[in-house]
Amino acid sequence: MHVLEMNHVEKSFNEQNVLRDISLSVKEGEILSVIGPSGSGKSTLLRCATMLEQMDKGELFYLGEKAAWNGNDGTTVYAKKEKLKEIQKNYGLVFQNFNLFPHMTVLNNIIDAPIHVQKRSREDAVKEAKELLQKMGLADKADAYPCQLSGGQCQRVAIARALALNPKILFFDEPTSALDPELTGEVLKVIKSLADLHIAMVIVTHEMAFARDISDRVIFMAEGVIVEEGTPDEVFASNNVRTQNFLGRYGDIL
Amino acid sequence: MAFTKILTQLAGGMWVSIQIFLVTLIFSLPLGLLVSFGRMSKNRVIEAIVKFYISVMRGTPLMLQLMVVYFGPYYLFGVKVGNGYRLWAAFIGFVINYAAYFAEIYRSGIQSMPAGQYEAAKLLGYSKNQTFFRIIFPQVVKRILPSVTNEVITLVKDTSLAFTISVLEMFAVAKALASSQTSLIPFVAAGLFYYVFNLVVAMLMEYIEKRMNYYQ
Ligand SMILES: Nc1ncnc2c1ncn2[C@@H]1O[C@H](COP(=O)(O)OP(=O)(O)OP(=O)(O)O)[C@@H](O)[C@H]1O
Ligand SMILES: [Mg+2]
Repeated sequence: MHVLEMNHVEKSFNEQNVLRDISLSVKEGEILSVIGPSGSGKSTLLRCATMLEQMDKGELFYLGEKAAWNGNDGTTVYAKKEKLKEIQKNYGLVFQNFNLFPHMTVLNNIIDAPIHVQKRSREDAVKEAKELLQKMGLADKADAYPCQLSGGQCQRVAIARALALNPKILFFDEPTSALDPELTGEVLKVIKSLADLHIAMVIVTHEMAFARDISDRVIFMAEGVIVEEGTPDEVFASNNVRTQNFLGRYGDIL
Repeated sequence: MAFTKILTQLAGGMWVSIQIFLVTLIFSLPLGLLVSFGRMSKNRVIEAIVKFYISVMRGTPLMLQLMVVYFGPYYLFGVKVGNGYRLWAAFIGFVINYAAYFAEIYRSGIQSMPAGQYEAAKLLGYSKNQTFFRIIFPQVVKRILPSVTNEVITLVKDTSLAFTISVLEMFAVAKALASSQTSLIPFVAAGLFYYVFNLVVAMLMEYIEKRMNYYQ
């Protein structure tokens, strides 16, 4: 079964068609990268998938559960609130600019939702959070506040925060593009280390070498459509002119 | 007459001023939050009503509002109010006036919160209430603290307006003493009282602001 399935998704902002008939699916544990030029609709795609943005048309499923479908008038209808809340538990999102809670310590950022949303015991939540921090290389930062951390550390906390809710699929929207180049590596390394957790990941990124290394599948988007989709080898060796043009800009890295 | 004697005579008035101050804060701070919700309501009718209420509270003198609250029951509804109502009228007048000011402060603070905080909370599964009280409000408090401090300091001085409805607060007592003794000293003492009161308030607020400085 697919963790995520999106069918014929359309989305426009003031007459501008940002997503045009986008369909994609992600299997359990699969890692999918989404690449494409600025303004091609990658963030909008993630925001529609995570229901931060409402689709105009199209269907959205998580683990076969219907989150949204086309109603009689052909526009998207969303499931009831309670149902959406259930479905929402399946996914997490890591933002470009982290969006950590600045008034909470690193530890509290991670355990707050498990305790107050999932109603897990504090003891249990703290134990898991400490393990996650260890994994992120931040064991000594539990009591720090986000403002005391570097961008790369913040992003790793954000990843730990998302993981603490045990999602089946995790979305990343350019997780390293707000970071200084020297901090990019540590975050990418952490994301790579998640591969063996068997969580599906959808990663929007401009880090081509990273996308090629980590992905099971790559999607190249331009102007709101999926131009090409395939294994990294297929997409990065594509004969498609648009794909080649785009990848050409990263020529020396690849 | 000795300065200390004047102070003793003023003590009753001081206590009334402090009462007005405390009651106003205790009730107008939460009420203001409620009013700010109304002001930001998606319901147009509620929004319009609350907007009008705020504009009246901010657009007319507090002195006049106190008189309306005090004399209103009789002139509008023919209800006879006892002498004891004076202080209550002052409480009510101050609370509804300050709630309006605090509401606007809350609103500016809430609206200055970046959308990313709401989005992160939504993705983590927080309910609307949890998002507000766990994520948004604690940050808003820090953001609005300087404006609240200004308002609280104004309130200390505003308490003297209660004398317009003959509440025997500090200022009214000082005025009576000054005329009965043809002396300015009661006014000096009153001024000193407001000054020290505000000094204490300012120190307290500074302390709270420092406490909030654990994050940027
Ligand atoms: N809330 C919005 N209102 C209006 N237009 C929007 C909104 N969000 C996105 N857009 C527009 O939709 C288009 C696609 O934006 P999107 O952010 O999805 O692109 P992107 O592929 O993520 O680009 P980047 O690589 O720069 O992040 C852009 O032209 C953008 O201006
Ligand atoms: Mg984007």
